[in-house]
Amino acid sequence: MPRYSRASLALIAGGILLLALFPLWGDTFYIRFFSRIMIYALFAMSLDLLVGYAGLVSLGHAAFFGVGAYAVAGLVNKAGITELWVVLPVALLSAAALSAAIGWISIRTAGVYFIMITLALAQMAYYFFNDQLYWGGTDGMNIAQRPTLGLGDVALIDLNNRVQFYYVTLACLAGVFALLSVILRSPFGRALVGIRANEGRMRALGYDVQTYKLIAFVVAGTLAGLAGFLEATRSTFATPAYLGWHESGHVLMIVILGGMGTLFGPVIGAFVLLLMEDFFATLTDRWLLIEGLFVMAVALLMPQGIAGLPRRIAALTAARRENGDG
Amino acid sequence: MAGPVPGHDVFRASHFRASHAIQSPRDGGAGGGVSYFLIQTLNGVQYGFLLFLVASGLTLIFGIMGVINLAHGAFYMVGAYLAWWLAERTGSLFLAVVLALPVTVLLGLAIERFGIRFLYDRDHMYQVLFTYGLILVLNEAQRVLFGNDVHGVQAPQWLAGTIPLSEAQTYPVYRLFISVACVGVAGALYLLIQRTRLGMVIRAGSTHREMVAALGFDIARLFMAVFGLGAALAAFAGMVASPVSTVYPGMGDNILILSFVVVVIGGIGSIKGAFAGAMLVGVADTFGRVLLPTGAGVTVYAVMALVLLWRPQGLFGRTL
Repeated sequence: MPRYSRASLALIAGGILLLALFPLWGDTFYIRFFSRIMIYALFAMSLDLLVGYAGLVSLGHAAFFGVGAYAVAGLVNKAGITELWVVLPVALLSAAALSAAIGWISIRTAGVYFIMITLALAQMAYYFFNDQLYWGGTDGMNIAQRPTLGLGDVALIDLNNRVQFYYVTLACLAGVFALLSVILRSPFGRALVGIRANEGRMRALGYDVQTYKLIAFVVAGTLAGLAGFLEATRSTFATPAYLGWHESGHVLMIVILGGMGTLFGPVIGAFVLLLMEDFFATLTDRWLLIEGLFVMAVALLMPQGIAGLPRRIAALTAARRENGDG
Repeated sequence: MAGPVPGHDVFRASHFRASHAIQSPRDGGAGGGVSYFLIQTLNGVQYGFLLFLVASGLTLIFGIMGVINLAHGAFYMVGAYLAWWLAERTGSLFLAVVLALPVTVLLGLAIERFGIRFLYDRDHMYQVLFTYGLILVLNEAQRVLFGNDVHGVQAPQWLAGTIPLSEAQTYPVYRLFISVACVGVAGALYLLIQRTRLGMVIRAGSTHREMVAALGFDIARLFMAVFGLGAALAAFAGMVASPVSTVYPGMGDNILILSFVVVVIGGIGSIKGAFAGAMLVGVADTFGRVLLPTGAGVTVYAVMALVLLWRPQGLFGRTL
């Protein structure tokens, strides 16, 4: 579906350029903070593949994010393995395996069942880490060391350097954006959108609808695992809260606020929501009260999110003009 | 996620589960034979009844209005806090329940009127988002009003005793009372839905909304009433559970997830299914905790997964 016009291509390139130049003047706090925002943007983008394109509203997406994070914690702390070329694939594979298992059960259902089942199965993963002292229980785990990438003794990338980490995150975000653009333009992506529009017709056309859904679910879960890997590396911490349903609700909020069914919507949503949370938190300790009211207002008033605002405003002005003429 | 998240601290500690187990009289020693088994079964059934009250409201609201309400657990919390606060002031839990119930009904009606009403025709996702925001607001409001402390609630004097089951083991009367109260409410609910005119309209409205509206019934009012009823059911469960579970921040989150499991197992929209699911979950959770202490959190979800593999639409659900 995303076939970008020149204008939007220019906007996307401009956005990437701005983000790439940001460390030149941003202070260190904001470099770290923007890394976190980009991680959440990536996380939200992966959920958008399900919600915005495949029409599968998952309320358990945080499970894959959390498993990616715990894979880092497990390898570094328990096995003493810090090489990036081991840690990253294991994180992605763990997320892929869990999403295949959860997806296999959930895609048999649809609609509200799907929402409830993804939520419940993700909670099961949450309790797995929360209840076991081996994984640090409720307190989570401090990760002893960030993954390293080197040739011999020469470090190719130093993830402890926050500017280098920032660029790695930006590269991941841009890479996932490109990957999803390609996927969505491919016959596979068109079929997904077709399934959302009319599942029965796609089935009648001979598409194996369940397999398409499962593949989308696993791709989204794996990318969420990538986000979890990045977040664990950034914060050097893994906690059961990463898998919790508050996190799943939070990322769904980012997708809807930014505008689902567009790939740049989740990026906008992540920047707006996380910067706003940061701002609320400077105002009051009770910022979650404000955030809750804000979330309710978005649900009621902005069904298309921020990305849909231009279209919405255009529709409103067009309607007004028509009224004026008549 | 930036900063603290409401309920997370306690949610992690799963207080309800903990206290649920602590209060369980198992002093007679593990493997204490038949009476031990009996006690665990009673606990499981009692827990199941409680879950049924919460889940029946959830399934009613979904079955009739087509709305998925994440804030349902928050109503449970509101009920428990109101019961605690009023019981402290009036000195009687009974009086507190009588005073608090109308408040929770009004809360439900107001939320329907000024929020949920505008989301009927939208995708479920917006209902999820709206009620997710509502949880944040209610959880935070609870912290502002009542703080972060855990509070105990006194059971009424005449229910404070225990019943001996064997020389070493006893069972608290209040726990039996919870089951009896829940059976009473469940029975009343059954009569309301199956035997009254209002119930007839509700049942008709769940399957043939337009037809019922065309016959001159005010669907908006009907939905408002159902939402108020659902909120009151969850709140009532919170009230009667408060002496056993204690009252603490975020207590609604855990019960919400388990209610979802109950509703999914039973089949969405089916009261009968909610009952079967609640019993299954209550017993599975209690025995899981006893038999598999380290994997206890997982038993309930394993049961759910098995049921779904067998019947994706739940035990009593309509085919998808």
